Amino acid sequence: MRQSYKIIPIYTADVSGVCSALYELGGMVVMHDPSGCNSTYNTHDEIRWYDQDSLIYISGLTEIDAVMGNDAKFIHDIEEAAKELKPKFIALAGSPIPFMNGTDFPAIAQVIETETGIPAFSVPTNGMHDYTYGAGLALAEIAERFVKEAEVRAVTAASDIDRNSAYSEVSCIRPHTLNLLGVTPLDFGPQANVDAMKQTLRQRGWEVISTWAMGDTLETLSYAGEAEVNLVVSSVGLPTAKILQEKFGTPYIIGTPIGGFTEELIQAINEKAFLHNEAKKADKNNIPAAYLKNRLAGTPQITLIGEAVTMGSLAAALEKQYNKPVRVICPLETHEGLLAPNDCTADGEEEMEQLLKDAGIIFADPLYRPICPPDSTFIELPHIAFSGRIFLKKIKKCGIFGDLNDIKLT
Amino acid sequence: MLKRVGDEINPEGAVITIREADFPVPFPLGLEFNSPAHGNWNIVHTGMLMPEAIQIYVCADNCMRGVVLTAAEMNAADRFSFVTVEEENLLNGNLEDVTIEGVTDVLNKLKQKPKAVLLFTVCLHHFLGCDLDRVYEELGTCFPEIVFVRCFMDPIMQKHGLTPDQKLRKAMYDPLIPKEADPHTVTLVGSDFALDESSDIKRLLKSTGYTLRELPACKTWEEYQQLGRAGVFVSCYPPAKYGADMLAERLNRKHLYLPGSFDYGEIKEEIRRLIQNLNINYMRKNGVEHGRENCCVIEERRDTGAYENDKKEGNEHCINEELEAFFKREITLCEDSINHAKSILGDTPIVLDYLYHPRLLGLAKLLLEHGFHVTTVYLDSISPEEKSAFDWLKLHHPDLELRATIQTKMRVLPRGTEGKVLAIGQKAAWFSASRNFVNMVQGGGLWGFDGIRRTMELMTEAFLEERDPEDLIVRKGWGCESCI
Repeated sequence: MRQSYKIIPIYTADVSGVCSALYELGGMVVMHDPSGCNSTYNTHDEIRWYDQDSLIYISGLTEIDAVMGNDAKFIHDIEEAAKELKPKFIALAGSPIPFMNGTDFPAIAQVIETETGIPAFSVPTNGMHDYTYGAGLALAEIAERFVKEAEVRAVTAASDIDRNSAYSEVSCIRPHTLNLLGVTPLDFGPQANVDAMKQTLRQRGWEVISTWAMGDTLETLSYAGEAEVNLVVSSVGLPTAKILQEKFGTPYIIGTPIGGFTEELIQAINEKAFLHNEAKKADKNNIPAAYLKNRLAGTPQITLIGEAVTMGSLAAALEKQYNKPVRVICPLETHEGLLAPNDCTADGEEEMEQLLKDAGIIFADPLYRPICPPDSTFIELPHIAFSGRIFLKKIKKCGIFGDLNDIKLT
Repeated sequence: MLKRVGDEINPEGAVITIREADFPVPFPLGLEFNSPAHGNWNIVHTGMLMPEAIQIYVCADNCMRGVVLTAAEMNAADRFSFVTVEEENLLNGNLEDVTIEGVTDVLNKLKQKPKAVLLFTVCLHHFLGCDLDRVYEELGTCFPEIVFVRCFMDPIMQKHGLTPDQKLRKAMYDPLIPKEADPHTVTLVGSDFALDESSDIKRLLKSTGYTLRELPACKTWEEYQQLGRAGVFVSCYPPAKYGADMLAERLNRKHLYLPGSFDYGEIKEEIRRLIQNLNINYMRKNGVEHGRENCCVIEERRDTGAYENDKKEGNEHCINEELEAFFKREITLCEDSINHAKSILGDTPIVLDYLYHPRLLGLAKLLLEHGFHVTTVYLDSISPEEKSAFDWLKLHHPDLELRATIQTKMRVLPRGTEGKVLAIGQKAAWFSASRNFVNMVQGGGLWGFDGIRRTMELMTEAFLEERDPEDLIVRKGWGCESCI
């Protein structure tokens, strides 16, 4: 049965995705739920408690309030907290019971915004989707509401970056800059991994204006419209990329800088920027997943399990390194155009186990091990969105993708 | 370096003196914050105590993740399965079918069937009016060899009724088959931890030849079933009381609720109740020994009517005298232990939280009575059992500070204190940022006079030896295996 799971866990859900995406932006995130969503997020999906404060709360929904549709208490409690804490925005995330009750979150957000003067919005979560969905929508909402028009900022921004004279003056875009979209600890672990990714890009001539959303403030994110290109490093970032493209015409490339794929990705970014400057408009129908361009055909000899963009990029890197066709199995809700012909999705443990039946070499989170063939070669790739903090120490030591050079494949 | 959010805020509403505090809820209710101290047991940890059983949860992804990873972190993923509930199940109203089919599927895939399945249904089942009787009936028909235990993960109900934790502590004893009572067996009901070997109850029962059975010590289904043979059930942990009452009623046995306490008078009264109800004839054989192991010896008059005969023969007075002598010795030992701890801690500020022990105000009272410098108590509500301690503290130490743990401001109020602070409990450790903390939850296996002495020992150890809160208090289920 698709919905039954005997042994493996489940990925981080949409509510936690919202919290994770907005954690560092100075807003207040309120989960409308009795209890469980809060402790799940707090315990298993968030690793920054000791590094940074964040206004993540739960409403403590009760049976009586749910039955009576007492939204007034929810609104009152939020407004009371906001009055004291003065968040930069208020985000509301629903859970299963409010979903079932048909709680009108957009209306509640509007009431709160009107009464407090603090920007408020809701993310249509219900605890039954993946984090990629919740985090993606949350960041897209930030892009929609808080990223300023590039022209307005041009004067103040000019002193920060050494502009390429004529081009910048015309476009108000900072050349050789990009935003990293779709960065949360759920896919990338601790900040050090993000810093390393930024360093990689900087060394290849691309300065990161903002990272959505780790290590940067809401203020920094508001300058995202000045970037020449957006780099979508996980599927979480795709809705934001589309918003920024719509608002500012910023083109985007999809891919994560990993190992031998990094150079190819940089080349794709350069080409994208060049072509975009030439054409002065983005092709909205083109899904620019750089890691799909040169993938090998043939029977896959290596299987990767995980989020589409990061695993797709790792697949590209591994194919270069080992010259073996790689298949990605994506068990998450994902967008069209992010998977290669060899790749597939898997819905549930049963299907995943079936797909892995003939797999010889598997890269996956260690908690997948029990459903992999006993004689397969299993390379551990801890993923916080799957195993939570269980392998955090290993991630801190080895990075989110491990050291590809250390891997010996026969 | 911790990055703070927002400006400095007024602590009003999250921090008050006990003088200003209302009983039983001293802080205004509102949005809730969950601090990253996770040593308290949740329903997964408690459910794992049932031997040869597995747990199956039927709920939405977000709720599921918390429980499935709890099991994984305690290296018990092989005893945990689940069925996800999706939007269409809510809209189509087929939650019964999904539950039955999902559980059946999981069980069919298992190579070896468990003796019991703790089946957890959730808020959604309740709100959709799911026919749980049908669910359990059909599952029982399909798997007659398996006992299905009705468990709930429905926190939406917990503010106006029983918590999922209380219901579980009842449900876990439902499979006990009625058996003839063994008058020389006592079962401790509903505790997550076995009582310390040196605890008063264990010493008393051991020295009188009684057998104490405890769920945490059961390794097999057969051992578990023996829990039902007790002549008397005892519960010590407040959330266990409801289940123990139900169990005693169902099996027609006596239930003694003997909560752990830091009050000499209450401990004495509880021991008296236990002795009276077990018909133990207390007789001191040896003088006071040093240490916990030999400070009392009790002999039981098992033969039917012996206790009554003693009474008739005027021995009751003698029994009481002996008991009082025992109490006196125990209290002397406690005072020695307290004085020793005080000599080491001196005037070091002490903060404590509700997670360390259900009777935290009682502990605060004991410490303040003995001159310790207790500055802050972390709690969100006050148990009715603590009303007298609350009143005493209000009267004698009105400036004692109470701090909430879930109030919204607690997320941003500065954590940490100047100078060395002893924290008793994980939440106190988190909020005070102290590396000198007593790392224990829910009262552990403490009980009675011995519990007081153990607390003093733990305080002294914590004072003398630093620990890493970032590593220790984030681990779920104190005392369980943890792979993080």
